[in-house]
Amino acid sequence: MEPRVTTAVASAPVTAQAFKSDTKPIWCPGCGDYSVLSSISKALAMLGLRPENVAVVSGIGCSSRIPAYTTCYGLHGVHGRALAAATGLKTARPDLTVLVAGGDGDGYSIGGNHFLHACRRNVDLTYIVMDNHVYGMTKGQPSPTTEPDWDSKLSPGGTGLRTFHPLVIALAAGANFIARAFSGDPNGTADILADAIRTPGFSFVEVLSPCVTFRPEQREWKKQVRPAPVATTDDPARAARRIITDDGFNIGVLYKGNRKPYRASVDRATKPLTDLESDFVI
Amino acid sequence: MSPAKAPRTISRKGKVSRIARAKQRKKPSAKPSVGGEADFLARAWTMEVEAAERYAMLADAMHEHNNLGVAELFRKLARIEQLHADRILEENLSKHAPALPPGGFRWDGGEGPETADPGELHYRMQPYHALQIALTSEKRAQKFFADLARNAAQATVRKAAQEMAEDEAEHVRLIEEWLKRTPPPERDWERDPDPPAQSD
Amino acid sequence: MTDGRSRSAGTPGVSLALTGSGGTGVMTAGNILLEAAAQAGWYGLMVRSSGPQIRGGEAAALMRFSADPIECLDDRFDALIGLDWQNIHRFADEIPLDAASIVVGDPDQGTTPEIFAKLGPIQAGVPFKQMAKAIPGSWPNMIVLGVAAAFVGLPADAVKSVVRKSHRGEALAASLAAVDAGLAAGRALPAMRRVPPPGRGETPRWLISGNEAAGYGALRGGVRFVAAYPITPATEMLEWLAPALSQLGGALVQAEDELASINMIVGASFGGVPALTATSGPGLALMTEALGLAVAAEVPIVVVDVMRGGPSTGIPAKSEQGDINIAVSGLHGDAPRVVVAPNSVADCLIATQWAVHLAETMQVPAIVLSDQFLGQARAVVDRPADVSFNTERSTAPAGADAYKRYALTESGISPMAIPGTPGVPYTAEGLVHNERGVPSSQSRDHALQLDKRERKLRLHDYGAHWAEVEGEGDIAVITFGSCTGPVREALARAEETGVRARMVSIRLLSPVQPERLAKALEGVKRVLVVEQNHSGQFHRYLRADYELPGSVRSLRRPGPLPIRPDEIYREVIEWSRA
Repeated sequence: MEPRVTTAVASAPVTAQAFKSDTKPIWCPGCGDYSVLSSISKALAMLGLRPENVAVVSGIGCSSRIPAYTTCYGLHGVHGRALAAATGLKTARPDLTVLVAGGDGDGYSIGGNHFLHACRRNVDLTYIVMDNHVYGMTKGQPSPTTEPDWDSKLSPGGTGLRTFHPLVIALAAGANFIARAFSGDPNGTADILADAIRTPGFSFVEVLSPCVTFRPEQREWKKQVRPAPVATTDDPARAARRIITDDGFNIGVLYKGNRKPYRASVDRATKPLTDLESDFVI
Repeated sequence: MSPAKAPRTISRKGKVSRIARAKQRKKPSAKPSVGGEADFLARAWTMEVEAAERYAMLADAMHEHNNLGVAELFRKLARIEQLHADRILEENLSKHAPALPPGGFRWDGGEGPETADPGELHYRMQPYHALQIALTSEKRAQKFFADLARNAAQATVRKAAQEMAEDEAEHVRLIEEWLKRTPPPERDWERDPDPPAQSD
Repeated sequence: MTDGRSRSAGTPGVSLALTGSGGTGVMTAGNILLEAAAQAGWYGLMVRSSGPQIRGGEAAALMRFSADPIECLDDRFDALIGLDWQNIHRFADEIPLDAASIVVGDPDQGTTPEIFAKLGPIQAGVPFKQMAKAIPGSWPNMIVLGVAAAFVGLPADAVKSVVRKSHRGEALAASLAAVDAGLAAGRALPAMRRVPPPGRGETPRWLISGNEAAGYGALRGGVRFVAAYPITPATEMLEWLAPALSQLGGALVQAEDELASINMIVGASFGGVPALTATSGPGLALMTEALGLAVAAEVPIVVVDVMRGGPSTGIPAKSEQGDINIAVSGLHGDAPRVVVAPNSVADCLIATQWAVHLAETMQVPAIVLSDQFLGQARAVVDRPADVSFNTERSTAPAGADAYKRYALTESGISPMAIPGTPGVPYTAEGLVHNERGVPSSQSRDHALQLDKRERKLRLHDYGAHWAEVEGEGDIAVITFGSCTGPVREALARAEETGVRARMVSIRLLSPVQPERLAKALEGVKRVLVVEQNHSGQFHRYLRADYELPGSVRSLRRPGPLPIRPDEIYREVIEWSRA
């Protein structure tokens, strides 16, 4: 596929504010996603990107509403399949910067299968999960990252299930960049996101983003998060030891590998179309 | 020291080397370190602009959730911050918006000192709460400038920071006055008997 | 089931809408009003509408009360009571008013919005906020509650007894005082409409939503395993079932997605436990592959589809009847299955119970085609009759002979071995298989098994449940689901003006019943098909497999607005004169 590279017109760098659209978010006041939107805008501005060259692909849920709140191109798709759609987009258009956004329900539950394979395939994407340990949009059911003793109507008394550990899964499945951020530190999150976007391959950033409506106790997260006590590593074994004992509150880039990103398409035709007829000619 | 090697600050006997100690003395202990006066003024202007943008966002969020009184208050605060920004521009930067690093300035400890935290919102919050958020922001801004007034490397920056600190102190006072005129939150201000709604 | 008699128009009752935003408690007031009406012996119906915000959004409680059973909203509202007018334009087309309506607003919140004022209603002001402030500890929605109760003529005792259930101590005293203040203000309003007091000898009644009714119907039918994945507007059914199942010794598993849900219930049912899941359009679309598996492997399952606006993500919190295509025809290959459509809030119970019965009896998937209106409306209904279908899955006893799971019986139903039964092992098979269940690509086996699965559905006697057939006349209105209420009401009105028309509301959409419909339409010369979707899916479904006599018209509109009795009434009257 011949990528259509847009030649940017020389102009003043785009500010973070210019990445935000006029559409007003419907997120509850106090929702962590407002800060994540700011962090994404700031990161894109820091990288000197232009909105028309960035695409945000999402699924279904509160955080999946984010594409319309940016001035980038957006695809608000079906529940749980954003990574698949983004894989298609990035493979067909490697010139674009493709961000994938969604929540923990969308990403780790129905999206679980695609998460595994996106990590394994290592397409140059940045996957931002706004994790609030709950299905917010459908009014408060447990998600894979919900604590086992959290009481809800759908699972009275708690699920009793071990939580999903997305960073461990990401590492085991081959993700090339693994980080955790916190919406309560928007600048730190912006830095992590910029790093993630800049790093080729599949970059996974799990952003703790409190749900003020269904998980008001998550206000305490700001007291529980801490900068990760160790520096980023590119050694999967070392990263594995850290991540598997991680308590869910270490903030920072925990793993940055050196895998080459997946690249399926060939830029230019090497032969004319009609050459293929030679297969059929008698 | 050989230039190929990184300087060792800890000698083999575990003592901090003389060279390292000297380097530490030269660093200003204020955070963040700012460059010269132009950089300082650009930062001060950016602080106000970012604060204004943030208040506008908060106003939108409250408006979308039908809390019009607080939305209006945040809009007022946004206008006030924009006025501050405009004044800094006029008085110090010859009316030209300064060139900023891509993505804006880096701030120590999060966002600009005057930028309100969106995590503090509640859809049922009352004007008193909004003013408390504003007060916290102004006090943080005041402290930021006061620290620079004491610790900045350049005298011109210290002087400018002192003036800004005094301005912010005035803003703090104004918000405190405003708070006095504002009724305290009603008991049960958070109460909403209706369950959450579904949309997607 | 109803007795098939043509209903009298009854009284239209009183319709009122309560609106407010930002956490003003409009839904709570509406719910108290509905419960009070139930206690006072009335029938009532309440539908919610809200903006896209999860909290603090604009909200409307749309309500109707009568001394007679209510199955739908009326053509218009007698009163609109607004705590405020925030974003009211989002609901305006759901609240039709006219010159005989009254709009009551809080003068401090501004004048009546133009979008309503231009319709010429009576306008009145009650200072809800001020009045609440004058009663320390009280809230404006309690004042509105009093005003609304006075407007409809609801006894104060009924309202207060409901308020007592949810308030204590000082808050209770303040709320009761607020209700009193509201009642006084309400009595002073012009244009009072009253509901006639209920007659004596009332039947026992329930206050229930369609989703709850469907959940209970499933349990009555014998379901003891539920797989759940949250989706608007079906989630409440699953949340209701969760504690219920643990009471009954069943299980609910929250699945990772709808693909998992459908496969989980296939698994549970294969294991011998009647199983169900509930979803909406997007979830049903995901489930189609495994629904086909259940058809091919003859595993009984029930999937409740609470239809919402489509296509794709659509309008999640609004109703539409857009899933006929996928429910009736949406599987790959020739895959006949059962589709049952409840026609009212109360009917969700028996329809779901029946669906379980049909699924278990014929070892086939059954889809229950409910919708958001039925699912989420709360209504006072006559307690549904206890019906037992004596459901029994045909199972294979322990044996030594070569067991033929898919034996070619006369009825088409072959006994199903339940794991744990010695001597009759088999592998349930999605591949084309022979009688033993062994995969086969032989044309003979394929044809025989297709015949078997078609035959078992065709030969079953569905009895009178297949449809509600009411009335006489040479005009017939054919409909299904939540359009049934408006059609019934429209035809009752038509009868009063001397125009007789009959209604056929089909409950069993699949397999089709052409002979029964032909009998129901004997003498009919004009057929009006009523449905709530854009392309006329039900109309096309009827044209495909049924003989429709005479001339046929389609009255259809997509969601989110409901089709109202008056639209149907005018069409019938106009056509009767043509």
